[in-house]
Amino acid sequence: MDALDVSRWQFGITTVYHFIFVPLTIGLAPLIAVMQTVWVATGNPAWYRLTKFFGKLFLINFAIGVATGIVQEFQFGMNWSEYSRFVGDIFGAPLAFEGLIAFFFESTFIGLWIFGWSRLPRLVHLACIWIVAFGVNASAYFIIAANSFMQHPVGAKFNPESGRAELIDFGALLTNNTAIWAFLHAITASLLTAGAFVAGISAWLMVRSHTRSEEAEARTMYRPATILGSFVALIAAVGLVATGDIQGKLMFVQQPMKMASAESLCHTETDPNFSILTVGTHNNCDSIIRVLEVPYVLPFLAESKFSGVTLQGVEDLQKQAEEKFGPGNYRPNLFVTYWAFRAMIGLLAVPVAFALLSLWLTRRGRIPDQRWYGTLGILTIPTPFLASSAGWVFTEMGRQPWVVVPNPTGDQMVRMTVQDGVSNHAAGTVLFSLGVFALLYGALAVVWFYLMRRYVTEGPLEHDSEPAPPAPPDKDDVAPLSFAY
Amino acid sequence: MPLHELWFYLIAVLFLGFLVLEGFDFGVGMLMAPLGSRGDGDPDDRRRAVLNTIGPVWDANEVWLITAGAAMFAAFPNWYATLFSALYLPLLAILFGMILRIVGIEWRGKINDPHWRRWADIGIALGSWLPAILWGVAFAILLRGLPIDADGQAQTSIGDVLSPYTLLGGLATASLFAFYGSVFIALKTSGAIHEDAFRFGRLLSIPVIVLAGGFGLWTQLAYGKPWTWLALGVAVVALLAAVALVWQKTREGWAFASTVVVVAAVAVLIFGSMYPNLLPSTLNPDWSVTVENGSSTPYTLRIMTWASLALLPLVLTYQGWTYWVFRNRISVDAIPASIGLSRRPS
Repeated sequence: MDALDVSRWQFGITTVYHFIFVPLTIGLAPLIAVMQTVWVATGNPAWYRLTKFFGKLFLINFAIGVATGIVQEFQFGMNWSEYSRFVGDIFGAPLAFEGLIAFFFESTFIGLWIFGWSRLPRLVHLACIWIVAFGVNASAYFIIAANSFMQHPVGAKFNPESGRAELIDFGALLTNNTAIWAFLHAITASLLTAGAFVAGISAWLMVRSHTRSEEAEARTMYRPATILGSFVALIAAVGLVATGDIQGKLMFVQQPMKMASAESLCHTETDPNFSILTVGTHNNCDSIIRVLEVPYVLPFLAESKFSGVTLQGVEDLQKQAEEKFGPGNYRPNLFVTYWAFRAMIGLLAVPVAFALLSLWLTRRGRIPDQRWYGTLGILTIPTPFLASSAGWVFTEMGRQPWVVVPNPTGDQMVRMTVQDGVSNHAAGTVLFSLGVFALLYGALAVVWFYLMRRYVTEGPLEHDSEPAPPAPPDKDDVAPLSFAY
Repeated sequence: MPLHELWFYLIAVLFLGFLVLEGFDFGVGMLMAPLGSRGDGDPDDRRRAVLNTIGPVWDANEVWLITAGAAMFAAFPNWYATLFSALYLPLLAILFGMILRIVGIEWRGKINDPHWRRWADIGIALGSWLPAILWGVAFAILLRGLPIDADGQAQTSIGDVLSPYTLLGGLATASLFAFYGSVFIALKTSGAIHEDAFRFGRLLSIPVIVLAGGFGLWTQLAYGKPWTWLALGVAVVALLAAVALVWQKTREGWAFASTVVVVAAVAVLIFGSMYPNLLPSTLNPDWSVTVENGSSTPYTLRIMTWASLALLPLVLTYQGWTYWVFRNRISVDAIPASIGLSRRPS
């Protein structure tokens, strides 16, 4: 392994790891804001307890998302300095906007929310969590706008004098159609994640309540929360499919190589079948045996038509790329893109099925008591997380070997391969840092899981059942703060 | 004023914000264990009282660093790329520390158990000491320079990172932040902790004068400009004033304000001495990264300028409001019982 491989592994591992926690933060913040709003509007203490309960889980998760996020910003300069030099004029601005607009908001108002329960008037305190929800979502927008420049560079041109890409249209960068649809796709995925999280945990607690004679809790808290989570998950799933479809259609035009490799479509074909299962090593087009496929799907995915669609294959795109950009291997890893794409789509079925089942079992005031249903709720929770990871692995591995994929209709010189973007480090140096991150992140994951599990199994706490009245800060002390360190 | 010059000042302002705000956060983290371990009151309540002085604000304070880093990337990509890749291992250590600090602070109270808290405290201490020292080292390196070659690549050796000057820089920021933290704790607490914070401030007053003063003087003599004598002078006078107030154990508000001036003046001294270099080359001055050759295009800088001018005042307003909301002093007696769960279900 050389420094490039190790750097790619490090970026992949730290980024996928970071994005395990982020979707929950993005999706759960608005859900908690909704819970708190219901409490403020109705005065129903059940929603106060739900706010507090999911609020604690949110904060445990928020900490690790923030901690691993800092690494991301530093890593561009540390490991990808040639890339940073080449695109800094364009890529840095959305990151700076993310700091100015998103991070300041979310970090300031999360502090106010944690410590402000008995300090701020109720409506002001409620506004804090809504601002946090805005902040985390705004942050997703700017970072995805930056990422979308790597997938589909717009608003930039190459300056031969300075030898780097330069920004010519910031508006175009922010309204990049790839960015808008990828953002909506990530947001709906996050809402699905959070919806399944709320529904799964609440379902499990609801089933457990039967053995603990907590019928009141089940009726007032767990059942409504299960229904809320299920509805959010279902609506998000619809949005996820719609945005994914639009994004896919864009990618057939903007990054045909990525989509061809997602289908293991080696040779240009008219009306190719959609492959459900193939065997072979996939990195070699000749070894692929297509086992199961269905017609009509792929043309529809590409152009919303059932026939008359010609899709380019990997080998033909490879020839075109060599003619355009010189000799080299322009194929992504077919095995990874093919299976990551299928994992992302396939895993969606689990939360959707669980949400439908939940709505059925809770119909007309029912409080389900089937043990298997509670277990299913817990087992559903990881699937949207895995789907998000698979989606990012697909989209980032699918742009290889490029770090900035040339835009077919843009300035062809605005392009860079990962090989040209990497910093000039010894492989051992990067291997060392990768080891440090792996150990640290591994340990943090264990602690995170332990804390989440501990707080979930404990359920909503007694001392969170009575909201403390807001006290003006006139006394020389701290009022009891339920979230204080 | 040309925009790349303006952006040098704006990044200096962002780093100044980071040092002024995060400086006392680091100091509080550095002093949490020693202040908590002896004195009146339950040791754990003392630690919690200390930690809660920065509780609602530390996270937002840290965003000044994130934004400064992103602004470096956006406004001076060459600076960001050269510096961050050249200081690979020191930055790794800073990241390691910051990650530990974040999870240490956030997860500390989640489990009500002495062993659990001890681990969190180790994370908070490491995560405060490491960056407090390493940022001083990093700023000293920014002034001293790195062996940047004609291609803008720097092959950093251990001697570039650890020299007498950079080590003094690390000790200077560490002692300054620890002193700053003690003054902040004195300002934000009452009762036993308040008194003990003054005691720590006294203990730290000689080290901070010698180390921070020495670093300031070395910086001025080696890299300063005539006008930066003024910044150094302000820093020294303000530091002496802060130390005098700490010795009198009164007017911690003024002592805090003086220390803010010290930290700000040190930032002015560092960035004033740096200009127009961003990162000097020790091999050939022509290969230095400068405000001229390191910057983004005027178009990018113009967009960033409008965004910052519109948003920074807003940020300052609501961040300032947070300090107003949580303006109360904290005392050990008022620390409520831990609401963390036990390690295992009972």
